[in-house]
Amino acid sequence: MSANNGHSDHSDHAHGHGHHGTHADHGSLKSYLIGFVLAVVLTAIPFWLVMGKVFDKSSVTGIVLLALAAVQVVVHMVYFLHMNTKSEGGWNMLALVFTVMLVVIMLSGSLWVMYHLNHNMMPGMMSGAATSTTPDPRSLP
Amino acid sequence: MPDHIDLAKLILGRLSWDAIPYHEPILLMTFAGVAIGGAAVLGLLTYFRLWGVLWRDWITSIDHKRIGIMYIVLGVVMLLRGFADALMMRAQQAMAFGDSAGFLPPHHYDQIFTAHGVIMIFFVAMPLVTGLMNYVVPLQIGARDVAFPFLNNFSFWMTTFGSVLVMVSLFVGEFARTGWLAYPPLSGILASPDVGVDYYIWSLQIAGVGTLLSGINLIATIVKMRAPGMTMMKMPVFTWTSLCTNVLIVAAFPVLTAVLAMLGLDRTFGTNFFTSDLGGSAMMYVNLIWIWGHPEVYILVLPAFGVFSEVVSTFCSKRLFGYTSMVYASVVITILSYLVWLHHFFTMGSGASVNSFFGITTMIISIPTGAKMFNWLFTMYRGRIRFEVPMLWTMGFMVTFVIGGMTGVLLAVPPADFVLHNSLFLIAHFHNVIIGGVVFGMFAGINYWFPKAFGYKLDPFWGKCSFWFWTIGFYFAFMPLYVLGLMGVTRRLNHFDDPSLQIWFVIAAFGAGLIALGIGSFLVQLVVSYRRRAELADLTGDPWGGRTLEWSTSSPPPSYNFAFTPRVHDIDAWTDMKQHGYARPVDGFVAIHMPKNTGAGFVIAALSAAFGFALIWQMWLPAVLSFAAMLVAVIVHTFNYHRDFYIPADEVVRTEGERTRLLGSLA
Amino acid sequence: MNTHTANPHGADMSAQPRYYVREHHPENGTLLGFWIYLMSDCLIFACLFAAYAVLGRNYAGGPTGAEVFELPVVALNTSILLLSSITYGFAMLEMQRDRLRATMIWLAITGLLGACFIYLELSEFAHLIAEGNGPQRSGFLTSFFSLVGTHGLHVTFGIVWLVTLLFQLGRHGLTEANQRRLMCLSMFWHFLDVVWIGVFTFVYLMGVLP
Repeated sequence: MSANNGHSDHSDHAHGHGHHGTHADHGSLKSYLIGFVLAVVLTAIPFWLVMGKVFDKSSVTGIVLLALAAVQVVVHMVYFLHMNTKSEGGWNMLALVFTVMLVVIMLSGSLWVMYHLNHNMMPGMMSGAATSTTPDPRSLP
Repeated sequence: MPDHIDLAKLILGRLSWDAIPYHEPILLMTFAGVAIGGAAVLGLLTYFRLWGVLWRDWITSIDHKRIGIMYIVLGVVMLLRGFADALMMRAQQAMAFGDSAGFLPPHHYDQIFTAHGVIMIFFVAMPLVTGLMNYVVPLQIGARDVAFPFLNNFSFWMTTFGSVLVMVSLFVGEFARTGWLAYPPLSGILASPDVGVDYYIWSLQIAGVGTLLSGINLIATIVKMRAPGMTMMKMPVFTWTSLCTNVLIVAAFPVLTAVLAMLGLDRTFGTNFFTSDLGGSAMMYVNLIWIWGHPEVYILVLPAFGVFSEVVSTFCSKRLFGYTSMVYASVVITILSYLVWLHHFFTMGSGASVNSFFGITTMIISIPTGAKMFNWLFTMYRGRIRFEVPMLWTMGFMVTFVIGGMTGVLLAVPPADFVLHNSLFLIAHFHNVIIGGVVFGMFAGINYWFPKAFGYKLDPFWGKCSFWFWTIGFYFAFMPLYVLGLMGVTRRLNHFDDPSLQIWFVIAAFGAGLIALGIGSFLVQLVVSYRRRAELADLTGDPWGGRTLEWSTSSPPPSYNFAFTPRVHDIDAWTDMKQHGYARPVDGFVAIHMPKNTGAGFVIAALSAAFGFALIWQMWLPAVLSFAAMLVAVIVHTFNYHRDFYIPADEVVRTEGERTRLLGSLA
Repeated sequence: MNTHTANPHGADMSAQPRYYVREHHPENGTLLGFWIYLMSDCLIFACLFAAYAVLGRNYAGGPTGAEVFELPVVALNTSILLLSSITYGFAMLEMQRDRLRATMIWLAITGLLGACFIYLELSEFAHLIAEGNGPQRSGFLTSFFSLVGTHGLHVTFGIVWLVTLLFQLGRHGLTEANQRRLMCLSMFWHFLDVVWIGVFTFVYLMGVLP
């Protein structure tokens, strides 16, 4: 099994980085390891906070968890995905920013809308309240 | 014995002979028509020995021009089906008053209005729009094809097989009876246990994959493959609106995919996304589906806006007024289209604060569109207007769309919407903007770019007939619906008790008849133009005095589009070239690197349709097998590393030489 | 329109023709295209997260997250996935150094870690279903299974792709096309780890909070 040129296609090149500078920075051992260590820390802390019941209030825990998750996402983007403003002429970053914006709109918009809908249209149903277990109509004779 | 029965169930699922509608005369007649017509087409293909050509040059083609044409053919064919549904609805509503029940019982009528909506949006408007963008954008940016030619072919076949599933539902089983957006709980398994909603889900999922991939393809094309010198702010406006449209596609269609998957899981596996009990929320479906649905209508209309920009500047022989504001307006519309979705369900009960927010954003989004309208008007002002057929469609659009837009702003006021939601006023509004905007835009685009694609113009007389029948027909068909809506008449009814309403429905039916003549005129136009193609020939490649790069090529362009990639210096690059005495290169041609045709896209798409059909009918064994086959086909395709070839320099020399001679003989 | 020839060979080759280029190679769009695909995938997950946000506390008399989630197992799974991200990173470093065999080894290790992840996840699902807490039980469980399950499906497809790529590397080596494929799979793999951050935070950790 030949490792490199086992073919005759002249459009392929076997060696090294790609041409035309189209490839983003691939990172180095150091950056991968830094990213890994940061990610481990940013994972361990949330698990500890929850499993150790560190904070009294869930809301505080929740906010800290989300904040740490956001930081870890950025760590992954920078150290593993080599996200920067230069790759693909800035289009990668633009696509990411646009997507994040849409995700925020979708999530916050849906939560806002659904909260109001549930509040107005489903009286007496508090979130988390146990509902009477309606038998699945399909299982009825 | 039990094993034997189980096997049959595994293979056939709930498919049985009962699925065929023997007792529905309309369907049987339709089937007879389709069978005869289909046999005729197949017979002609065989007689003229065109199967080889069909497979080699069209089905397996990865050429964006061929694919664009096929998309438009698909759109026109499905227009006939979708419009047949419309005629039936108009006929039913014109006659079903008091004791007369009409000829369409609710069971059938409900499928018709559902199919009408689904087909018109997904299998007429989307293919027409995608087809135009596919054909025109690479030429306008000076490229030889799109970024991912194989994906392009695959996308087309996914869309087509999606429409095949819809068509199959006519004769095997039935279609959904839920309206084109299939709200639960009506679309849930309890209220719709039959296959109709499953056909809906799978035809849209399959077509949706095609559309999403097409969106990615065109964004990468526009970003990466523009000719040297064509900066973003020197791109033609149609390319800009295509970019915005494809961004919307990539951003919106995943939501449709996810929501339909959730509905499918509810129906097939009994999950509780949208159920009425066990913790589901049907309202969430409405919320999520409109997060897709509103961007979708901008996906449809933005390319039409792009067409109008090109047409107006060409036929007024003037640079488009306010290029920068056009670009900004398109981008603003793209972003704002994500902030208005709740206006589709003001009445669902989210309350005043939420409704006010979305009402305001909905009104704001009309502003950039208004800016575009003014830009077109200012382009026409002091221009030398030529009233060719595309220009007529554009002018019809300007009047019609503005009316539709205004009724939209009226509906954006939540208290007004409480009265008018789901009334015929709403139906009139959206047909007003979709027909006035998208359909008129597509006809303008088809008439405008037809000579480029086929080498001869479309017959102007029949084009004008089509335009006038469509325009006058539209007003007769839909203005009565505004009146009826204001009087309180609800949508999707197949029977009415109040006889005083009938006159309006009769007028609307008359309008539908005129539109039918408009469609007929278009078909006649196609035939007559073909027969007169020598007289109508476009020999220079620039029949209209165009301003953008596609007009610098021959009509039709060679498979490689440009022997040498153009270099751009200004907006309206072709006008710039013409004004500076551009001399077409006549030698020094080199071999050109092009992608190869492939049948893999067709095969994978066909397998996915088989998979969809199997899932619809719960034929689990065929489902598993077709899925596995799909996976294998995809993997096998990835092992193909020889997907390109070189057009030899001699062939380029020959092709370009012929053009040089032709142009020389005309000078 | 002028018909005289422009720029014949040998005449004025130093000046580029104004309106065309003789040889143009458009940039390859694969990496950008794949990134955009990932953005669309992000939106699918956003929808599923939205569903979980809305339905995640609808227990319908059934169990809550605190009652069914086993956080130590989740921690293990998270570690496995994170480790697989870095082993893929090592594969990419070896690819840059043009070492085919090392690349393939790290790739295989990544695949194995991915397979462990899937195995643990499937065991979790099987356990839940066996106890009657399958996706049909409540809105909470529906949205849980579909979000986590979709992520798992993506990882599974990633593994299939990885195995296919191993065969293709074996056959053709580190050609430019294969390097592009490796980079796409890299983006895909890391993206799935990013989504998992959202899953373990929002679904598992916040799900056990009262």
